[in-house]
Amino acid sequence: MSSSLTEIRWHGRGGQGAVTAAKMVAEIAAEHGKCFQAFPEYGPERSGAPIVAFTRLSDDPIQCYSAVEHPAIVLVLDETLLSVVDVTDGAPADAAVIVNTEKSPSEIKKVFDFGKRRVYTIPATKIAKQTLGRAIPNTPMVSALSKITGQFSLGEIEDHLRHTFGKKFPPKVVEANVEAAHMGFEEVQE
Amino acid sequence: MSATTDTQHLIQAVTGNQAVAMAMKQIDPDVVAAYPITPQTDVVQEFAEYVAAGSVKANFVTVESEHSAMSACIGSASAGARTMTATSSAGFALMWEMLYIAASMRCPIVMTTVNRALSGPINIHCDHSDSMGGRDSGWVQIYNEDAQEAYDATIMGFPIAEHADVRLPVMNMYDGFIISGAIGPLQALTDDEVKAFIGDAPTYPNLLNTDEPMTFGPFDGLHGFYFEHKIAQQRAMDRALNVIQGVYDRFAAVTGRQYNHLMTYCMEDADIAMVVANSAAGNARIVADQLRAEGVKAGVIKLRTFRPFPTAEYAKALANVKAVGVMDRADSFGGVGGPLYMELLSALYQYDIRAKTANFIYGLGGRDIFPQDVETGFRLLQAAAEGADLPKSRVYLNMKGA
Repeated sequence: MSSSLTEIRWHGRGGQGAVTAAKMVAEIAAEHGKCFQAFPEYGPERSGAPIVAFTRLSDDPIQCYSAVEHPAIVLVLDETLLSVVDVTDGAPADAAVIVNTEKSPSEIKKVFDFGKRRVYTIPATKIAKQTLGRAIPNTPMVSALSKITGQFSLGEIEDHLRHTFGKKFPPKVVEANVEAAHMGFEEVQE
Repeated sequence: MSATTDTQHLIQAVTGNQAVAMAMKQIDPDVVAAYPITPQTDVVQEFAEYVAAGSVKANFVTVESEHSAMSACIGSASAGARTMTATSSAGFALMWEMLYIAASMRCPIVMTTVNRALSGPINIHCDHSDSMGGRDSGWVQIYNEDAQEAYDATIMGFPIAEHADVRLPVMNMYDGFIISGAIGPLQALTDDEVKAFIGDAPTYPNLLNTDEPMTFGPFDGLHGFYFEHKIAQQRAMDRALNVIQGVYDRFAAVTGRQYNHLMTYCMEDADIAMVVANSAAGNARIVADQLRAEGVKAGVIKLRTFRPFPTAEYAKALANVKAVGVMDRADSFGGVGGPLYMELLSALYQYDIRAKTANFIYGLGGRDIFPQDVETGFRLLQAAAEGADLPKSRVYLNMKGA
């Protein structure tokens, strides 16, 4: 497999937009000539139930459609999942785990065992409520991903929001998302 | 077409089903008659949205079942209208009777079959038991690895189906959920390119031509020509091989994407080879690369055209191979092996090729297949090429408890 391949796993609850976030990353990749793939772990789609989605990013065409077994990056959209799902399952020791929470990494590391993996936190829901007026943590989570992986930049997220996203939503919503992206980028903690 | 410089052909992020719905929109057939079923649903849903938005002129017929969908398609195509539909799994099974009638009435319908298992136990996930079960129905069958291939195959459907040497229905397959629901890259053609590629529908004998009234598909009596009709269908299949390759080549001239009946990878000097259809082909190529790095001459043949079966081409591609594995995502219970395996064994025997063979059954009901599972198969082939025997019975990949 290509050494440039980055495999990402998203944990969320049905309705929180993990799949939408995975799609946003795929679209940003498409806009910048990167190869990508995004898909949910298929099953009954029930609002509130734990769901998993996957994203692959690479410089070379992606040929593997299997579930991601060893994610380099794990994103947790809902901190209540930490006590329900082993979000580190299969993630190697050098993986990064990004958790949507108002707590600090050291606080959640006291409660949950992440092994030697790097743990980042971001108050994505809080940012979303502040900027969008709704608890949709997608955009700040995507900018946290950008900061930690360097696979795409904050500017590219902003372009995507203004152009692609901007075709479907009014300017007010677009600008609120741009603000959410900036805050997300700034407020990631390690 | 270079993705970064060519603004008309930008890479888009879409699901397999969205890609096919887009192709259907660009083709804008006269009639679409379809019934939604998981995991094909978005194809029909998105096309219905195009109809509602007025972005297509197609007459969209909502029906109460897949049997009715195919019946409506047969009526429509027999009247000379360009006709499309889409289905999966149990819906495909419910069309069964009408699939044969569509083919024998020589209706050039283009259908998308999003591969899904047949129950039971009830299962909504991918395998190929639906379309593989329909392989004898008289339809041209083309298997596709990803969203791009599924889109391209949809565009290529009518030029094959409507060709005077063929005049047979065409079905295009891709993997349910794995491709139908996954977001991947798509480089679409422009609407004008699609229109130019498929051209206007040719006029062929039809029910609405009152100058030359005809009857289609009536009772043929005991001493009629049923037998000769069947021979004519087979002859059309024989001719289809060339026509399909011609359409593949013409498509390559427009897009740069060259398709062939067999998509070979590292086969030129291969000692061992894996034959595989649809989305698992990428895993087979990944493993072949790993084996090549070890000095093992491994190759992959991705099945594309399955009906008509390009027998001579398989024989040629496998003439010097020591061991061949065939991956089947469907089984033929009680048969020699899975449907693709049986086909391939027959082809090799017919051409006096006596490579060692093994049948790998995988992915039934959506069981995931990982590169290491394909490697398990390849390692058996590697040992066989060095002298070991291959099992005569099926080898199951990624079976629980194995």
